Amino acid sequence: MITGTVAIFRRELAGYFATPVAFVFIIIFLLLNGIFTFYVGGFFERGQADLRPFFVFHPWLYLLLMPAIAMRLWAEERRSGSIELLLTLPVGLFDVVVGKFLAAWCFTAIALALTFPIWLTVSLLGHPDQGVILAGYLGSLLMAGGYLAICACLSAATRNQVIAFVVGVIVCLLFTVSGTPIVLDLISSWAPHALVETIASFSFLTRFESIVQGVIDVRDLIYFASLIAFWLFANAVVVELRKAG
Amino acid sequence: MAMIEIERLVKRFGAFTAVDGVGFSVERGTVLGFLGPNGAGKSTTMKMITGFLPPTSGRIAVSGFDIAEQPLSAKRCIGYLPEGAPAYADMTPRAFLDFIADVRGLTGADRQRKLDEAIARIDLEPVLEQPIDTLSKGFKRRVGLAQAILHDPEVLILDEPTDGLDPNQKHAVRTLIKGMAATKAIIISTHILEEVEAVCTRSLIIARGKVLAEGEPLPDAAGWRFGTLEAAPGRLDAVFRQITTGQGASDQVTELAA
Repeated sequence: MITGTVAIFRRELAGYFATPVAFVFIIIFLLLNGIFTFYVGGFFERGQADLRPFFVFHPWLYLLLMPAIAMRLWAEERRSGSIELLLTLPVGLFDVVVGKFLAAWCFTAIALALTFPIWLTVSLLGHPDQGVILAGYLGSLLMAGGYLAICACLSAATRNQVIAFVVGVIVCLLFTVSGTPIVLDLISSWAPHALVETIASFSFLTRFESIVQGVIDVRDLIYFASLIAFWLFANAVVVELRKAG
Repeated sequence: MAMIEIERLVKRFGAFTAVDGVGFSVERGTVLGFLGPNGAGKSTTMKMITGFLPPTSGRIAVSGFDIAEQPLSAKRCIGYLPEGAPAYADMTPRAFLDFIADVRGLTGADRQRKLDEAIARIDLEPVLEQPIDTLSKGFKRRVGLAQAILHDPEVLILDEPTDGLDPNQKHAVRTLIKGMAATKAIIISTHILEEVEAVCTRSLIIARGKVLAEGEPLPDAAGWRFGTLEAAPGRLDAVFRQITTGQGASDQVTELAA
C-alpha cells in the first residue's frame, strides 16, 4: 500500500525538521566532514584532484551519526504509546517499516548532498574523475542505508533512545571493522578459513573502499541491498514481537 | 449482521491469562460499556479487536472482516482511541489529523469535508496550530477523539475516553458519543459507573479476563438489570461490587427470584 508508506515517510521526514535537531545534525555532519577532509585527510597537501580524503572517513562518521538519526524511529513510538495508534491504522507493518527507513535515508541524503562545496572545490582546482566521485557518493549513501537499517531495527527493540543509540553504535562498529585486522587477527588463528572469509565479507570498510576507488562491483551493491532488506525484515519481526511490552 | 463479533477470545502473556474466553457481539446503534476494575482485561480486549495484539485463540470480526485474515479491511472500518490518547507530541493537531487522513487514504473534497467535520465536532479549532505536547490533558484527549472519528468509521473503540477530563469536558465527550450512537457500533471502556448510565445501551462487567455479567437499562430509566440483579438509578456501584467481589450492600441490590 503506497499511500500509507508515503504518508509515514512524509511525517517522519517532517519530524526531523520539526525541531532544531535536524539543523544541528546537518551542521555537525558538514563540520566534521570539513575537518576530516581538509585537516586529517590532507586534502590540499596531497595535491591530487579527487575526493578520497573526503569519503575515506565516512564509515567512521556514519558509525556515530547514523545511530543518532535512527534511534528515534521506533523507540519514541514505543515510549509515547503512539505505536498503538500507528499499528491500528489501515497500513501494513512492512509498509510502516519501509516508510520510516526511507525517511531517515532521505534525511541522510539531504545532509550528504549539502557537502557539494567540497565537490565544487575539487572541480574548480583540478580535473577530477567525476565518475569516481559519483560512485563515491552513491557508495556512501548505500553504506549509510546499511547503517540506518541496522539501527532502525535496534531502535524497535527498546523504548529508550539512549540504549538504541549505544547498541546501534556497537553493532555498526562490528559491521564496519569485521574485515580489518582488528577482528581478523583475533579469529584467524583458530577459526576455519571459510568462517574468516565470511566474517571479512561482512565488512562495510572493504566494500566501501573499492567503491570509492571507482570500482563498482555488482556483488558490493547486492551486499548492501540485501543487508538493508534483511535488517528491515528483522525490524518488522522485532516490532511484531515486542509491541505488547 | 452484528458489526463486531467476538468468539471465545483468549490472550495469554506467558503464564498470565489477561483475557479468558470473552465472547459477545455489538450491533449498529449500540454503545457497549466495558466495566471493570483495573487490570480486568478491558484494554487488552480492545487491543485485539483493533488488530494491535494478536489473540492467543478465538475469533474477531469487524464489519464482517476477520481481523486476522483481512486486517486492513477491518482496520478501515474502525476508529480507535487507545488508552491515554497517544499522539505525536511535536506535531500540531492540524498536521496530526492531516497525517491520519493521508494514511487512511482520504483525498480531495471528501478529505477536506471530513477534516472540517471532525474539527468542528470536537471543537479543536482554538488549538489547531499549537504543538500537541503543549496542550492540556483535555485537549490531548480531544485530539485523540478527532483522530478516531475522522474517517466516519462504522465501529468506534474508545479506551477510557473521559479519563482525566473535567466535568464539563466529560459531559461534552458523552454528548458526542450519544450523538454518534445511532449510526455506529461503539465500545467504550470505563471504570466510572455513572458513565455507563449516562451513555451506554448495554454493558459488560469484566474482571480477571472474564465477562461476569451483562447488563441493560430498565425501561423508563428505572435503573439497570445485570442478570438476576437489579440496580436502582445511580446505584450501579453496589451491583458492580457484588458481581466483582461477591460482596456489596445487599439492601441496594434487588435480587430477582430465579
